[in-house]
Amino acid sequence: MGQTIKATFTGDLLRKYGLLLALVLLCAVFASMSPVFMTERNLLNVLNQVSINAILAIGVTFVILIGGIDLGLGSYVALTGCLAALFASSGDALFIPILLGILGGLLIGFVNGITITKGKLAPFIVTLGMMTIARGGALVVSDGRPISNLSPSFNAIGGTFLGIQIPVLIVLVIFLISLFVLNKTVFGRYVYAVGGNEEAARASGINVHRIKLYVYILCGGLAGVAGIIQTARIETGQPNIGVGYELDAIAAVVIGGTSLSGGSGRITGTIIGALIIGVINNGLDLLNVPSYYQQIIKGLIIVGALLIDRKS
Amino acid sequence: MGADLNVLEMNNISKTFPGVHALKNVNLAVKKGTVHALMGENGAGKSTLMKILIGMYTQYEGEIIFKGERLAHSNIKSAIDAGISMIHQELSYVPNMTVSENLFLGNEPRNRWGVVDRKKLREDTQSYLNLIGVKLDPGTLMKDLSVSERQMVEIAKAISYKSDVIIMDEPTSAISDREVERLFKIIEGLKKRGVAIIYISHKMDEIFRIADEFTVLRDGTFVGTQPIEGANIDQMIAMMVGRQLTDLFPRRTPEYGPAILTVRNLTKRGVFENISFEVRKGEIVGIAGLMGSGRTEVVNCIYGLDRSDSGEIRIRDTAATIRTPKDGMRQGIGLVSEDRKTLGLVLQLSVKENIMLPNFQLCTRYQVVSDAKEKMIADGIIKDLSIKTPTRDQKAGNLSGGNQQKIVIGKVLLGNPDLLILDEPTRGIDIGAKSEIYKLISQLAEQGKAIIVVSSELPEIMGLSDRIIVLHEGKVTGELTREEASEEKIMAHAFGK
Repeated sequence: MGQTIKATFTGDLLRKYGLLLALVLLCAVFASMSPVFMTERNLLNVLNQVSINAILAIGVTFVILIGGIDLGLGSYVALTGCLAALFASSGDALFIPILLGILGGLLIGFVNGITITKGKLAPFIVTLGMMTIARGGALVVSDGRPISNLSPSFNAIGGTFLGIQIPVLIVLVIFLISLFVLNKTVFGRYVYAVGGNEEAARASGINVHRIKLYVYILCGGLAGVAGIIQTARIETGQPNIGVGYELDAIAAVVIGGTSLSGGSGRITGTIIGALIIGVINNGLDLLNVPSYYQQIIKGLIIVGALLIDRKS
Repeated sequence: MGADLNVLEMNNISKTFPGVHALKNVNLAVKKGTVHALMGENGAGKSTLMKILIGMYTQYEGEIIFKGERLAHSNIKSAIDAGISMIHQELSYVPNMTVSENLFLGNEPRNRWGVVDRKKLREDTQSYLNLIGVKLDPGTLMKDLSVSERQMVEIAKAISYKSDVIIMDEPTSAISDREVERLFKIIEGLKKRGVAIIYISHKMDEIFRIADEFTVLRDGTFVGTQPIEGANIDQMIAMMVGRQLTDLFPRRTPEYGPAILTVRNLTKRGVFENISFEVRKGEIVGIAGLMGSGRTEVVNCIYGLDRSDSGEIRIRDTAATIRTPKDGMRQGIGLVSEDRKTLGLVLQLSVKENIMLPNFQLCTRYQVVSDAKEKMIADGIIKDLSIKTPTRDQKAGNLSGGNQQKIVIGKVLLGNPDLLILDEPTRGIDIGAKSEIYKLISQLAEQGKAIIVVSSELPEIMGLSDRIIVLHEGKVTGELTREEASEEKIMAHAFGK
């Protein structure tokens, strides 16, 4: 009891700001090695590059908090992106493609959630299946070809507003809403409880299935948002895009300190995790590290960061 | 001191965790071939001391003399090799492996090609099981055994390590009376073979039956070691709590109102059948029976944790459909489950969050939680039930069993149920917290709650209940009033006589 207070206090401080410290250190290292890194232009570029991963990572944070997993995110991005592109080719289409992209994502999440709760299947298997299904779906709706010639107003989603990239603003809004939902609403408390101990949550009168379903729907919907941004940014609905996105998203969550066994973690950690990955990608690019080596270095940094975290 | 008789001496052991002295100059001397009870309230330092002994904690002051030599093991494996093993309260095993595979896990006999010798594995297992007189097929999967049988396997494992000291932590907390008898026979057998047992239990009657000596710890300090002969319960309790406890069960004059709960012919095939009884406002009804008699299953169905096949549940004389715990709560039923770690609490969440979990309706508007209100409500419960926690934000898993149980009771009481069901309300918690919980239960009955207490501890059920219902293999075999009840009568019904 009493003996743990002091220990967890310093521990908490380290856990809270250690991650931020790691990010700052990483930036300092890259800044010292490349004069371009610290420029406003490059930093905004990093934020922009991070945005898709950040959105996916926020969604999958909820899923991991309830003790689940979603392995299909990259495919969802492709499918919802193509879906949006399909309806963005005419005139000044904007709202219909956005609506369809998001609805597609929500539907994918709904199917995942229902299969996991009512079908009592492991999230790993269900979302692995959905990963292939969604990829197939993307190829079907696009007929296997990139969908281009999108409306300028749709492509503008990938542009800037008051000098800041719109995707970055979208991430900011999603981040603030998630922060509020997770910390201030009953739903947020239930998410932690379900992930911490599903049986106890049920015995406390919580409809565990419903909470899980909502979380998968939320994650799918956010994948839809990411799909829209992706498509607008490259001005093309690309059925083969997004391979491996889910792994970057899960890596961001885990670097951010969320436990893969559920019940503990923070959205803020996830955002910093996504930034760390983004900074590594960007820094290595600036230093002209060949991309094959980049992958090795990125993997080492991720595992290394977790090892250090475990030690402290 | 007769040092040559002592197989184990722990001298002047001190252990600090950051900020707090967990142990201060504690001594423990255990004689060969005896049962030594280690006693103290939760948080007294028993488990810390044992964790030092089995090599889980390696940073401490003081010395351990084991079989005449100073012991400086550095991990659990080397403690086991030296001859010290522990049977934990929460057994650890691989559920999908067989008895023999579990027994020799990490220590499998091999043939000359380095492959596991399954024949020898089976035979050796059989011989260890025979040694303690347990009839079990070594090929049975661990998950198919009862709690008590798993415990027997753990004991066989300790013997296979050729341990000289076996620590048993609350070994009877989850097994039936008949199985306790079997355990005690095994312990007698171990004593004859010269094995010393360090026995941790909160059950006084057991300690008087099987222990030879006892050591009491309080707040991390050594209070004393005495032979059991000549000791009495009151003195023991006084040593543990540092004060005299009078009237464990408060006396009260019950006043009954109308029936709150009426159960008619409740049946769940293969588990229990035709259960009928009622509980009135202001009444405490005890449900007794051996482990596996269907006690817990019946109350779980009433609350909605489980579903019955047929029968009727009436609340205030109105038929109620209860399919989920939420339905149960809506009907004004609260359940304090027997298993606080899996059903009662989310251990990694804070005290506050656990208290509020079923009660957010008290502090939310449009699904948004009011922090201030939430803190106020949680603090109220912490104060009312005197839950000992440094802050409301402490993780529930870091508190002692008694305080954890108070959190569970507190969160259920916050929902203001008319019918309160308490399943094993004092399992594994110390005598001080026990007496507080008994007081609370009596007060609640006086305030007009209908209460069901399920318990395998006869003194508890007799001390609390106005009426006792006894189950045997899923059927009601007896109903006794407070005046009629005696341990013998309850046991007779419980065995189906």
